[in-house]
Amino acid sequence: MKKEITILNETGIHARPAAIISKTAGEFSSEIFIEFKDKVVNAKSIMNILSAGLQKGDKAMLTITGEDEAEAMMALEELFNSSFGE
Amino acid sequence: MLKGTAASPGYAIGKALVLRNEAIKIEKETVANVEEEKERFSSALKKSKEEIIKIREKALVNLGESKAAIFDAHLMILEDPELIKTIHQKIENNYNATFALKETADEFIAIFEGMDNEYMKERAADIRDVTDRILRNLTGQKATDLSLLDEEVIIVAHDLTPSETATMDKDKILGFITNIGGRTSHTAIMARTLEIPAVVGLNNATSVINDGDFIILDGETGKIDINPSQDQIEEYKRLKDAYEKERKDLEAMRGKASITKDGRQVELGGNIGTPEDINGLLRNDAEGVGLFRTEFLYMNRNTMPTEEEQFSAYKKVLEAMNPKPVVIRTLDIGGDKNLPYLKIDEEMNPFLGYRAIRLCLKENKIFKDQLRAMLRASIYGNLKIMFPMISNLKELLEAKKVLQEVMEELNQEGIRFSDDIEVGIMIEVPSAAIISDMLAKHVDFFSIGTNDLIQYTCAVDRMNEKIHDLYQPFHPAVLRLIQMVIENGHKEGIWVGMCGESAGDQRLIPIFLGMGLDEFSMSPISILPARKLISSLSYEEWKKHAENMLSLSTSEEIIEYVDRLKLNA
Repeated sequence: MKKEITILNETGIHARPAAIISKTAGEFSSEIFIEFKDKVVNAKSIMNILSAGLQKGDKAMLTITGEDEAEAMMALEELFNSSFGE
Repeated sequence: MLKGTAASPGYAIGKALVLRNEAIKIEKETVANVEEEKERFSSALKKSKEEIIKIREKALVNLGESKAAIFDAHLMILEDPELIKTIHQKIENNYNATFALKETADEFIAIFEGMDNEYMKERAADIRDVTDRILRNLTGQKATDLSLLDEEVIIVAHDLTPSETATMDKDKILGFITNIGGRTSHTAIMARTLEIPAVVGLNNATSVINDGDFIILDGETGKIDINPSQDQIEEYKRLKDAYEKERKDLEAMRGKASITKDGRQVELGGNIGTPEDINGLLRNDAEGVGLFRTEFLYMNRNTMPTEEEQFSAYKKVLEAMNPKPVVIRTLDIGGDKNLPYLKIDEEMNPFLGYRAIRLCLKENKIFKDQLRAMLRASIYGNLKIMFPMISNLKELLEAKKVLQEVMEELNQEGIRFSDDIEVGIMIEVPSAAIISDMLAKHVDFFSIGTNDLIQYTCAVDRMNEKIHDLYQPFHPAVLRLIQMVIENGHKEGIWVGMCGESAGDQRLIPIFLGMGLDEFSMSPISILPARKLISSLSYEEWKKHAENMLSLSTSEEIIEYVDRLKLNA
């Protein structure tokens, strides 16, 4: 499944949000990718997420495939929408 | 002599320890037994992980939670599935683990170093720190251990890694000198946190300075002297002693009330521009926020900030400062700032134009959204609302009416907000200062905005270099207006503060104190020096001095009066 997400937090995806995303993604067995511009990055990899350089206001596509994809989508969407608690 | 970037203040005088951690020797080899090599790699990972966990514990004790969190990120890099996958693939192609790791790490480092963002460039240093640790564990090559130093030294290095700064024995380290980095690089930030003087970005420090050289490090100017003369050493020892005494005196002010010798207490607050600035406030022991500018929420973007975004910014500051007061100023923006979503025509005189409260009263939705966000956040702390650029009573009453409407709307929606919110105005327009007796009947406080008050009173554009000398904070007209505003406020029983640059000025503070100012809000770095100054003054004496000064006719005479008192003190 796919869903578009927007980066809401002021400072974009720096180390702390990237750590939260990869940690959360790592809890699911599904494959989780973030598509942004011409890049597709593994959401379980903190370095991959950071290297996408997502800034405030950027829109990216979350692509999740696997048996727990619905739960994973819910958890990650919630994270992005909450601005990672910032 | 070398010159670099002064990254952390203070002086260090002592022997250099040059860190020339030999580059780890890595050769490409072909391995036959893939499983054995993978095993070797994972045991190096395991060992590195244990080390980082230990460093994290140490960092937590020495540096606190926020700095220790860096090592959580390091653990995640260490366990990064993409990193491990790539390395495993290379080992499966019969590369040795060391080479596979080095090549993979370099690829990631190159991506980060190539990014057009200082913050991301710094992350390359984290990746290097983690992967170097694994490499050393794979090859058995040791790095210099900065936790075991026999004598006091000034560290000279290409750069310092987060794990080095977290584990070092800071009692033995007098200063840092590095080849690379700027004021915001990891080493610079750590040096300031640890209060160790540092000069960074010297390019070739590690090749010019030798182990054991005697060094003077000047963290104020960024100068480094190698093997200086005895005279220079003596001079710097004096500077260092004076600096340390000053710092000790300021430290002694922390946690104290801001109170004069004869017992008059005032409040020293800080001016901030974003929620991130609260760290600086807390570090400098601010007694509140005297001015929270909200313009940052509206700038550098294409759409209006939502009520929700504003709410979370206000809540963050209110919560962090609670129960200390936080004065939030409503939007102060006009034709000099180009907001793409707010079409304001270009004006001949934007500072005398359609701006601040004038704009907010016309752009009703912007104003109401902001007030709603503030009110909703009010339950998280001690909120005070302040309207900028009020120039007549009608404006104030209109602004208060809008606030009342927003409160009623929230009540109808059943949304809670504090029932104890003070409402005040900036006094920055001379007309407001002159009718401050009337305005005082309708507000809970005044805050004098000296930057604009001086500019409007003296009719001087602050940015115009040619007339720079006419911008006079000591101008008798400005001081008389300030005196009048304080008196008029007190007659109506409201408190009067100040949030312009003058409020943090060491020569003006005594005058305003003598005039009876209740609150001073300044840049956070000025707070402890201001408290130290106030604690050395007598309110009764300065009351008389302030009166005397108001009979002087020029700015120069007033400055001379102040300086003479200082000399005699």
